Amino acid sequence: MISLAEIKKSFLVSLWFMFLTFPIMVIRVNTIYKQVEWRWENMLLVGIGSFFFSFIWRYLLRRKEMGHKKELAEKAGVRLTLWQRLTEDRRIYLLVLAVVIAFIAAYPFVFSMYQTNIMISALIYIMLGLGINIVVGLAGLLDLGYVAFYAVGAYSYALLNYHFGLSFWLALPIGAATGAFFGILLGYPVLRLRGDYLAIVTLGFGEIIRLILENWNAFSFGPSGIANIPRPGFFGIKMSLEQSSIFIYFLLIVLVIFTIFVVNRLKDSRIGRAWIAMREDEVACQAMGIDRTKTKLTAFALGATWAGMAGVMFAAKTTFINPASFTIWESINVLCIVVLGGMGSILGVIFGALALILLPEYLRAFSEYRMLLFGFILVTMMVFRPGGIISATRRTYKFKSLDES
Amino acid sequence: MFWDFDYFMELFLAGLTRGSIYALIALGYTMVYGIIELINFAHGEIYMIGAFTALIVTGVLTLMGWNSVAILFIAAGVAVVYSSAYGYTVEKIAYKPLRNAPRLSALISAIGMSLFLQNYVLLAQTSDFLPFPALIPEFDWLRPWEHIVRSSQVVIYVTTAIVMILLTFMIKFTRIGKAMRAVSQDKAMAMLVGVDVNRVISVTFIVGSATAAIGGVLIASHIGQINFYIGFIAGIKAFVAAVLGGIGSIPGAVLGSLVLGWTESFFTGYISSDYEDVFAFLILVFILIFRPSGILGRAESEKV
Repeated sequence: MISLAEIKKSFLVSLWFMFLTFPIMVIRVNTIYKQVEWRWENMLLVGIGSFFFSFIWRYLLRRKEMGHKKELAEKAGVRLTLWQRLTEDRRIYLLVLAVVIAFIAAYPFVFSMYQTNIMISALIYIMLGLGINIVVGLAGLLDLGYVAFYAVGAYSYALLNYHFGLSFWLALPIGAATGAFFGILLGYPVLRLRGDYLAIVTLGFGEIIRLILENWNAFSFGPSGIANIPRPGFFGIKMSLEQSSIFIYFLLIVLVIFTIFVVNRLKDSRIGRAWIAMREDEVACQAMGIDRTKTKLTAFALGATWAGMAGVMFAAKTTFINPASFTIWESINVLCIVVLGGMGSILGVIFGALALILLPEYLRAFSEYRMLLFGFILVTMMVFRPGGIISATRRTYKFKSLDES
Repeated sequence: MFWDFDYFMELFLAGLTRGSIYALIALGYTMVYGIIELINFAHGEIYMIGAFTALIVTGVLTLMGWNSVAILFIAAGVAVVYSSAYGYTVEKIAYKPLRNAPRLSALISAIGMSLFLQNYVLLAQTSDFLPFPALIPEFDWLRPWEHIVRSSQVVIYVTTAIVMILLTFMIKFTRIGKAMRAVSQDKAMAMLVGVDVNRVISVTFIVGSATAAIGGVLIASHIGQINFYIGFIAGIKAFVAAVLGGIGSIPGAVLGSLVLGWTESFFTGYISSDYEDVFAFLILVFILIFRPSGILGRAESEKV
């Protein structure tokens, strides 16, 4: 129902945005040639866009409020989500699983090298996403320096290989361990901090690691980076470039499955429940006798372990690393994956990584709008669907006998 | 080492300049944090937008052949208006719907807003560094000290001092200032005694954005170039300054900014400029470990 009042409201919104975006969208000054470019068509675009967008915005806000009320009303009956329905019905579950496995197994042979490489980076992001999911999604600690651990993993493989000729297989656990070590190193001083300070300190930590890598030439070779990092070998079999890509692909599949398994088990474990409790209410959680220090440190260390492993994989995949790959935007990229998919939900993170890494690859024409879109996603997801697209389902216990009373 | 007094004074005054700019940005952080307990990540971007708006206005007016002092005032005025408008809109879009949501949501939304605004300016304008014309005239009476301090620096000190005094006056003695203090102490209680909390929050965002815009115009005209990325690092450093002084406290923000400005300036002047940013973050980590409430902040115990 679009009433006159609604149209008036939207009209005012569009006027406001036309005013707001006027200098930056319309005028472009070229100070060198002393020219002013007026782009009135942008103003028209902003006006029309914000006019329609404000309808959608208000509609979504209303729906969110209604949904909230409905949820309260329905609290007695536990609703099944799509995911639960899928897992509960064994036949559908097995069928879906079989199709997915077949698709994954056939992927590198059916599609080209290029596609396989894109999939490899998506898989690395799934690993990163699942790792940060432990910290942000389960433990509720906003870590903006996650990329630091990724860098630590990548550099530990690259440097150990350069100096001591260590192989990939040895470097993988070492990278994971160094990641965990740095996780504890960072986690320890920031334990006392509340959520928002934590975000800034971790951000600072990420930047410190990057600046050290950039400036300490003797240690990390500075901005020029390290080249010729060997790809992973397999019992000394010589592999062509294509074969080794396929090998990395399957290796990553195995690692991702391993990650999913571990995160899934962790979620229901004692420590996992402690994380969730801490996320919900730190004070109450401490009052229940949960050791805050231990809980936070394990979250940091485990999250960092996966970042370290993903870093080793990244170094092995690209065979060249430099500090430019580990900027703060990478952290935000990973955060965006988790936020879009659903904080705390494994399937959500996988979906988020596939959507945010694969889509920009195929929509190359819009690649410059990518970061703009990421910002937009972060805001709108938080406002309208804080749980993400596939939100995590909490374990619910229903007392059937009490329903009637 | 030979003690060079002029060099020392130069660093001291450069630190004061940095500190003043940080203070103008840090005020916005501290005021917003004091009222809704949210780190407004997009605040640095508001500062950047202020500088960009001023650049655009300056460009247009210069081509029309206006006098540079008149341009400075008009550009600063327009920048303040636009930055305030952006601050107001950002609050309405990204923070207001999340006022009762968990803190993490609002924080992520703030990061998203920062990313969005940065890329909005990048796409609508350019990713290059743009030269910003020197609008502040050289003062004749400053000639003898020319090698130590530039006239733009003097303008920065004076403006910052005036803004601080006006702001303190506003918070201490006006009606809206009283309402702000009430909201920052207890939102629900303030609402009960008839304070329009939404309006107070909007005003806080507008005032904070306006001071950031003034900082943006001054620093752009002092350094002479801007790009879309200047807001991010400046914003984070101003936040460090706000935490250093004690977040939520206005004199604390000023003190923290000056301390940060001086330490950075002496550190880069006497030791090394490679690790300039590392240094700011290290200060932050240490202050949070040893004195989380900052230099002037009060230690608060958490109430359940």
